[in-house]
Amino acid sequence: MSTKIDRAFDNIGRLDTLAESNTPLHQLDPRAKLLTTAVFVVSVVSFNKYEIARLLPFFLYPAVLIGLGNLPLGFLLRKLLIVSPFVIFLGIFNPWLDREIILQIGTFGISGGWLSFLSLLLRFVLTVGAALLLIASTGFATICMALEKLSTPRIFAVQLLLLYRYIFVLIAETLRLLRAHSLRSFDRKNGISYRVFLQLLGNLLLRTIDRAQRIHTAMLCRAFTGEIKIIRQFRFGVKEVIFLTGFSTLFIILRLTDAIDLLGYLVLQISR
Amino acid sequence: MHMADALLSPAVGGTMWAASAATVAYCSTKVRQSLDDRKIPLMGVLAAFVFAAQMINFTIPATGSSGHLGGGLILAILLGAPAAFLAIASVLTVQALFFADGGLLALGCNIFNLGIFPCFIAYPLIYKKIVGDHPTSGRLLTGSLIAAIAGLQMGAFGVVLETTLSGISELPFSSFVIMMQPIHLAIGIVEGLVTAGVISFIWQARPEILEKAAADRPIGALPIGKVLIGLAMVTIFTGGILSWYASEHPDGLEWSMFKVSGQEELEATNGLHHSLEIIQEKTAFLPDYNFKDTAEGDSGRLGTSASGLVGGLLVMLMGIAIGLVLKKRGVVGHDHPHPHPHV
Repeated sequence: MSTKIDRAFDNIGRLDTLAESNTPLHQLDPRAKLLTTAVFVVSVVSFNKYEIARLLPFFLYPAVLIGLGNLPLGFLLRKLLIVSPFVIFLGIFNPWLDREIILQIGTFGISGGWLSFLSLLLRFVLTVGAALLLIASTGFATICMALEKLSTPRIFAVQLLLLYRYIFVLIAETLRLLRAHSLRSFDRKNGISYRVFLQLLGNLLLRTIDRAQRIHTAMLCRAFTGEIKIIRQFRFGVKEVIFLTGFSTLFIILRLTDAIDLLGYLVLQISR
Repeated sequence: MHMADALLSPAVGGTMWAASAATVAYCSTKVRQSLDDRKIPLMGVLAAFVFAAQMINFTIPATGSSGHLGGGLILAILLGAPAAFLAIASVLTVQALFFADGGLLALGCNIFNLGIFPCFIAYPLIYKKIVGDHPTSGRLLTGSLIAAIAGLQMGAFGVVLETTLSGISELPFSSFVIMMQPIHLAIGIVEGLVTAGVISFIWQARPEILEKAAADRPIGALPIGKVLIGLAMVTIFTGGILSWYASEHPDGLEWSMFKVSGQEELEATNGLHHSLEIIQEKTAFLPDYNFKDTAEGDSGRLGTSASGLVGGLLVMLMGIAIGLVLKKRGVVGHDHPHPHPHV
């Protein structure tokens, strides 16, 4: 159980720390990064299911972000690995279900299933990687404020901000509950029984509701009238325009044209 | 149970995004209009509670596995449908970003599957009808169990439907359904038991909390029917536009390799799968151009695809090189992460 809690802290804490570094990527307006990520994800997902070659150039984007933001590749890959099982589970049947030979390399035939499975893995790494890079280079609070600027309902942006702030507090609260429980119980092998579990959870819930009341009182003391004001200035300057339009144009070119084929063709011709 | 970007086609993902975004906007207005500003911190903190609560596990006797709270239903009971929906959507957003659960495009599907079903169907139409205004422990248990099971069954079916419509996974509809539904029956039973248990605990310890939640809940004024009809309209509208767009710009789906190997399109085995496959072909988002070097005949075409692979690899390697160079330069001046500043 403690490993699970460690993992949660590892997840959130480490990404948070990364988001506070001060690189050219971190300095960009969050809206530019958010919109670029959206264009990226839609371009990647819109390829047909057997596509492999034309997905490869899209690794350019994560590579550049990792470089520009000085982000730790190993950590990000580990996070990808942790969540991969569901996608692998849903894709692993493709090779069995789709045995049509599509690609012939000499005498060696590759079935459509293997191609689509490989394509699915590439999509997974690209899309989920893009989300991780966004958070590691921007930080959650900043993303929420950018969302609000991009006309997400303010109440939802505030909800995200509050949730994020209190995750840490409530995880610490939960840790105290669990520690108190383990100090008073000897039978660690069998875990927590259903009865005790309900009491722990119920108590946590009561404390949470009380906390919400205290927070509300504190907000009222600070002139809260039901309307939350977010004050944060962002500047969408030249750098942002270059980042957004540059990458978006690149993705659209890579998606719609055969620039890649042309490039490879030229290289093959020259090398002949 | 989380849907993933990699399994989605843009049409399905976009449609679900539109439906979920519309519901978020609608619920935000509802919550703002409810004039109960205590709800704002309560929503945030209860959503964080769901996170924390998932760290407490109990042992399920005789199975060797463990269970924990999912959270959708309990949020609906404590907050009412619109506020609970926003809370669930926020939890899923945090999961998508920090825990890499699914990805950003799939977020629309996940909010739909795990938010709309419990908040707008399972809670008002099942839980409330069974439990009523004067809960007893028996009614609480029956109501929570049935509502949780129904909510999760619908959510799981949503995952199956979205995956099959997207057509990236080859898993046939029928076997996927047979796999998903029983697993989520078990999860639903655990969820129902835990929800009933916690609500009973609160009912015994501090009944006024639930009474207050029941009294000021704007659910009476919330037209569930209208919400569902509106949602269906948004879904059909965006789905229609996206698939119309896709069919106006038919995708050159056949990979150039199809022609090279002389193989036909995949043979669909059963009727449903076949029709789903047609939908999938129709829903591929953007037109696909194939660069063909017709001058050289067959070998030329093979050369084209090989060149595609070469070109792709080349750009990828270029990207990695750029990344490495940037990173080398970055180490010198910039990066100085601060210790974790929170709490």
